[in-house]
Amino acid sequence: MTTATAVAAAPAARPVSVRRVYRFELVKLVSQWRIRLLLLACWLGPALFVAAVGRQSTLPTDTLFGRWMHATGWAGPLVTLGFAGSWALPLLTSVVAGDVFAAEDRLGTWRHLLVAARSPRRIFAAKALAGLTVLLLLVAGLAVSGAVGGLLAVGNHPLVGLDGRLLAPGDAALRVLLAWLCALAPTLALAGIGLLGSVALGRNPMGLLLPALVALVMQLAQMMPLPVGVRLALPGYAFLSWNGLFTGPAQLGPLLIGVAVALAWAAATTLLARLLFLRRDFTNPAHDGSGRRAVALGVLPLAALLAVTVGVLAPAAGGAGSGIGQDKVQRSVATAFAHLYRLQTAELNRPDVTEEQLRATAACDKGSSSVEPEGPGNDWRCVVTWHLPGVDATGTAVYQLDVAPDGRFVADGDGPKEVNGYFLVRTPTGDAPNPLWQFDGNVGLLPDPSKG
Amino acid sequence: MDTLLAVRASGITKCFGDVVALDGVDLEVAQGGIHGLVGPNGAGKTTLLGLLLGLAVADRGSLEILRTPVGRALAAPDGVAGFVDGPGLYPSLTARQNLAALAALRGPGAGTAGIDEVLDQVGLTDVADDRANGFSLGMRQRLGLAAALLTRPRLLVLDEPSNGLDPAGKRHVHGVLNRLAAEGTAVVLSSHRMDDLEALCSEVTILATGRVVFSGPLGKLAAENRELDYRIVTSDPAAARRVAAGTPGVRIADDGAERLVVRAPVPALDELVVRLVGAGVAVRELAPVVSPLEAAFLALTDQPQEDVR
Ligand SMILES: Nc1ncnc2c1ncn2[C@@H]1O[C@H](COP(=O)(O)OP(=O)(O)O)[C@@H](O)[C@H]1O
Ligand SMILES: [Mg+2]
Repeated sequence: MTTATAVAAAPAARPVSVRRVYRFELVKLVSQWRIRLLLLACWLGPALFVAAVGRQSTLPTDTLFGRWMHATGWAGPLVTLGFAGSWALPLLTSVVAGDVFAAEDRLGTWRHLLVAARSPRRIFAAKALAGLTVLLLLVAGLAVSGAVGGLLAVGNHPLVGLDGRLLAPGDAALRVLLAWLCALAPTLALAGIGLLGSVALGRNPMGLLLPALVALVMQLAQMMPLPVGVRLALPGYAFLSWNGLFTGPAQLGPLLIGVAVALAWAAATTLLARLLFLRRDFTNPAHDGSGRRAVALGVLPLAALLAVTVGVLAPAAGGAGSGIGQDKVQRSVATAFAHLYRLQTAELNRPDVTEEQLRATAACDKGSSSVEPEGPGNDWRCVVTWHLPGVDATGTAVYQLDVAPDGRFVADGDGPKEVNGYFLVRTPTGDAPNPLWQFDGNVGLLPDPSKG
Repeated sequence: MDTLLAVRASGITKCFGDVVALDGVDLEVAQGGIHGLVGPNGAGKTTLLGLLLGLAVADRGSLEILRTPVGRALAAPDGVAGFVDGPGLYPSLTARQNLAALAALRGPGAGTAGIDEVLDQVGLTDVADDRANGFSLGMRQRLGLAAALLTRPRLLVLDEPSNGLDPAGKRHVHGVLNRLAAEGTAVVLSSHRMDDLEALCSEVTILATGRVVFSGPLGKLAAENRELDYRIVTSDPAAARRVAAGTPGVRIADDGAERLVVRAPVPALDELVVRLVGAGVAVRELAPVVSPLEAAFLALTDQPQEDVR
């Protein structure tokens, strides 16, 4: 370098392109053992789990679709999704999104990165994209792994939906894919919360734990008897509402609302994180976040977002009710019973009957007669009545229902023994699982549009 | 002369809340010169270097780097490299990967130096494929320097680069910096020890609590006549002590233990030696307790010598 070149004025700062910074961020992320192990776990774990359950006699019946894991490979990715929604995805977002910014604080590399890349805006974009990429890889791993494990260990068979209907393998596959795509929305919301925590709290471990903590709080909230409007406004609702894809007709309302709310959260949290990031002072090595003001700046708009979504959704969701009414429960139980009855008929090698011929109805009541039959609880009791062609007498069977606040219910058969009182049925080829003994169902929480 | 300045800062003021980190600082760094920035901890060295790197913007004053005025926006002009408060390295990457990632960040055709070349210059070839998380502070400093060299800077900014360096590492670093300067790169480096910079710098700026207390060539600093502490070893310590006590302009500066330390300006010291010899006391050793530069530094920054020694 000669004096002549040195004398010339330097060109103005030329920021590095987002694409290059993105690659730089990916290199850093993937070089971490933690991320490598997570990738491995996500791509292998569900397959091993699903395959192992496929060979065992006990089934994870407390997870949705768990009771069908012996019947079809498509139950595997759904059980994985149920588990992922409550545990794996919040933790993964914590580790990935929560750490992309905090890592630079821990290593004290902010100033280095800033000198190298020259643009905080681009650094933010690149980091958010790199975190998103890794997160998508992890989620894809969970979904694909669960499906592959199930298909290899159990096979490509029809799946029984939450209304008892048989879904052809192709249809089931499509719905599984859609369910995972819907679960991406709340994952993104958690990732946005992770970014925000990571930017606002820096090295403080609270920043890292924020998505997991928020997810836990949301889960607890979903277990409480909240009004439907509030339930739908929580960004994690889509972790549950994918259930609606497996009912007939599909409960798309809550699902779409859940996805939209989650995406709004993802956008809001990411924008806030960006705002905080660009205001930040990079010269102070002792800086572990933008301080209390930043926390307030991050929390207040989100509280406002929650308030607005509740305000918008509450009227549409039918006010302050739980959304679980006698009518809906009766219809859900009767529909599922009719579908599953046909399944049992086929198992027993009896002549097929149609749902129209069965004309199944359910009469459900909750608790003692003095209590209004409304809302979640494990004291629902249903008497199902059905008809058989050419037979005058009607059949009746009793179910005890445990209805969760989010609309999911488990119906437990209470007799008679040969219909739904025992977990096995005697078929010409030996004992087989009784589809009517216990089944999962789902009550749509929104007011039914078909009903005036 | 003007055109040869790599940095021209005047009246730079930077506050953090109530703390005035820099208070009307002027700084001129010649192209091809090695400029030392010295001052006790908290003097504002890191803050000033951060401004040069574009990590922060001054509250007041004007700053021109490589003949480009620095505006309100963050980010320095092209051609500036370096680090403040320790080099930024990613411990999960090897030394080579750290440099490769940086080179890729700048993209092909950005005129980056070869990775092997810079590793060799700082003497890290042997550990090029080791992960940086096992590196000592000295190795990290050298890798940080290599990262800066990668960009072929015309202004190199280093904050306390000699922290943690062993003598061999120091030799490497000094060699690199001298070569860069000879090639026309301006180097600004900071230290809280004057003796660090004596061997390396052509000019120094001494900062104390955000103000410049001296700026100029090292020779000028040393020439300023002031009282220094000297250690004297003689054949008869007790007699020497008596003679020193009776010499005008000489004060005994020790605590009365074995060695004799006196504080005196140079003429008075000369007189003391003459008197000692006249009294039949042989002078075996006479040396300043700290170097004249260090002493000037300590005096200018109001630090008692005893604390630093
Ligand atoms: N980002 C910052 N926020 C608040 N105070 C700071 C910040 N950076 C430096 N300071 C303060 O400015 C003064 C100068 O700091 P610094 O430049 O780091 O000194 P040096 O590098 O000479 O030790 C110190 O009092 C320090 O506490
Ligand atoms: Mg410093």
